[in-house]
Amino acid sequence: MRRTGAQIVWESLIREGVEVVFGYPGGAIMPVYDALLDYPIHHVLVRHEENAAFAADGYARASGKVGVCMATSGPGATNLVTGLACAMMDSIPVVAITGQVPSHLVGTDAFQETDVTGVTLPITKHNYLVTDVRDLPGIMKEAFHIARTGRPGPVLIDICKDVQFASTEFDYDAIQVRLPGYRPRVRATEDQVRQAIQLINSAQRPLILAGHGVILAGAHDELQAFAEKGNIPVCTTLLGIGSISESHPLNLRMMGMHGEAYVNQAVQAADLLIALGMRFDDRVTGTLSTYAQEAQIIHVDIDPAEIGKNVIADIGIVGDVKHVLAQLLPHVEYRARSEWFARIEEWRKESLRRDILARNNDNSLHVPYVIDQIRRSINGGQVTIVTDVGQHQMWAAQYFRHLHRNRFLSSGGLGSMGYGLPAGIGASFARPDEEIWVIAGDGGFQMSIPELATVVQERRRLKIAVMRNGYLGMVRQWQELMHGKRYSAVSISCPDLVKLAEAYGIMGMRAEKRAHVAEVIAEARSHPGPVLIDFVVEQEFNVYPMVQPGKALHEMLRRPVAEEALQEA
Amino acid sequence: MPLVDHSKNGTESTHVLVALVENKPGVLTRVASLFRRRNFNIESLTVGHTDSPEVSRMTIVVDASKTNVAMVERNLFKLVNIIDVQDVTHAPAVMRDLALIKVRSEGQARFEIMQLVNVYRAKVVDICAESMIIEVTGPESKVNSLVDMLRPYGIIEMVRTGLVAMVRGSGYWTGLPPEDGNGMAEEELTPAKTLGM
Repeated sequence: MRRTGAQIVWESLIREGVEVVFGYPGGAIMPVYDALLDYPIHHVLVRHEENAAFAADGYARASGKVGVCMATSGPGATNLVTGLACAMMDSIPVVAITGQVPSHLVGTDAFQETDVTGVTLPITKHNYLVTDVRDLPGIMKEAFHIARTGRPGPVLIDICKDVQFASTEFDYDAIQVRLPGYRPRVRATEDQVRQAIQLINSAQRPLILAGHGVILAGAHDELQAFAEKGNIPVCTTLLGIGSISESHPLNLRMMGMHGEAYVNQAVQAADLLIALGMRFDDRVTGTLSTYAQEAQIIHVDIDPAEIGKNVIADIGIVGDVKHVLAQLLPHVEYRARSEWFARIEEWRKESLRRDILARNNDNSLHVPYVIDQIRRSINGGQVTIVTDVGQHQMWAAQYFRHLHRNRFLSSGGLGSMGYGLPAGIGASFARPDEEIWVIAGDGGFQMSIPELATVVQERRRLKIAVMRNGYLGMVRQWQELMHGKRYSAVSISCPDLVKLAEAYGIMGMRAEKRAHVAEVIAEARSHPGPVLIDFVVEQEFNVYPMVQPGKALHEMLRRPVAEEALQEA
Repeated sequence: MPLVDHSKNGTESTHVLVALVENKPGVLTRVASLFRRRNFNIESLTVGHTDSPEVSRMTIVVDASKTNVAMVERNLFKLVNIIDVQDVTHAPAVMRDLALIKVRSEGQARFEIMQLVNVYRAKVVDICAESMIIEVTGPESKVNSLVDMLRPYGIIEMVRTGLVAMVRGSGYWTGLPPEDGNGMAEEELTPAKTLGM
């Protein structure tokens, strides 16, 4: 059948199972938006293109499908950049479609022309400039294939306006994707399995480091079975939260810069690290020269360029975590490792004594308390937590017990403020019946306030909790600890959030004292529509433990504890 | 000139990678962007046609004392348009660099230079009253050596192509590895459906 370029875009999306697109129209993409009227795909009009990319990212994380965003040429496309960089860093399958000036004007600095394939080259897994409509169907199919296979990532398709008008023969099913240079490896070799098993079964103090790759591969069952069969403790990266339940006795929880002290102590004392779908980010390792000095390392990742990038692996396995774990599982043997578990338990007790929530006589309203109250209210139920970036993000990771699979969505690698609300909107389309909490700080939230209008227009029932401390909290914390409390450009004012909510037609609430928190959370949860809660929290409060830059993982800065509190415990 | 060349190519730490790439617009940009982005230090990069119109070939020289060669190789392979990458440093391979050298050659110097050209099996490709252009092909060390010999006469300008390399023997490198059963099979190309479900 014969179709125009604009029609081919939607026909292809439908065949790829796309139900929702996040976008913003403009001159160079108008033919595509015109054709949209004829196709059963829901388009969500965001208020800024960056949030279209974040929403597509949130949708992809929550659904496991490819998220799609759309923008016009020039400013529309450049606004996508932060969202695409975020998806690139966190390996999220996103397809971005942008309009481009007509092909005969490319390179002439035409109105709203930007070299978008050039701009996005380092922040996409691959990208395309389409100047001939006959190439478009194949490129659409390739783009989805590349975005979701191997190590997933964002793919951008920049389509010249004349291509959108032109027509060609279209038979999507007949297209053969031919990518001779794209051959992701999924399985370990027999040699690698044998060597890995030898290390695993002879290790005294092994530790599994579970990363985002476990979730992306859907290897939750395999991870749990592997850990249980070998009796091996697991800790997770920030994005590995949700790979295995935090109620599982083998799950020590999050490691790294703001991981619990006992988890980092375990990493430093382990004699074998089994790294699964994680990339030894600097926020995970601290100073590399002092990282896990006693450990041999088995590193499993689908991306060969991750093996040996930051740490030297004794056994590097390029493969899909799900397949590799299935290969290893039959050969793993149970070991009691009682001494190892006893050591970890000792460290854990020490950490528990220092827990801020274990403090008596503390009446201050701080974020850990708020997060804990949300957790208590939800009481084990399945909700999705979407965070912004900063202190609240770390506290949400630390203090919300993440029991369910892939229910913690956060901008990890890029750490892009402004992510929370739009990603929450995206996630809500993937999980229409699930309660979704967006947790943000007053800095990041103010980057995405315009999307409150999208929430209302699209009838999203998000529960938006803003932790308002009047500071860019994480930057302030660094300035306090590393710049001698010389606060520079971190004090931030905020509009009256209750009135703001009302202006947008959203229920607004405020909690300023501990006594109000539980009540406000309960009311927000029972309200059928979207809610914006203004939590007025302690202004100068730090995330602990903290591994400062240049320090070893076990040299973390711990929360100062009053002497009497330690004696009480 | 002997057909088998056992001379060293450059310094000990020099590694030579060859890559087969799809002959598509922007591939060179992707490679160059990768080197900059990852802070890879590249000595030379040459690109040219192969026997297939769909495939181009790159030869990349990396100084291993400055840059992790394995990471260069893996990151190149990661690019969608790169069909395959080989490190041929330790393979039996022919490696050649071509240089055009414009050198001052007045009076007696002309005859001395002509003798050098003969010794190095180079060619004089242009000659005028004050200078000549010499074309020399060979491993980098040989070209370096001739350049050193010519320098005292006064090199006016010079251009070098950068190294190209090819493994010896009758093997034909398609860039596609023999199927070892560890690659991605067709049925596995669909994404994990279990994500969070």
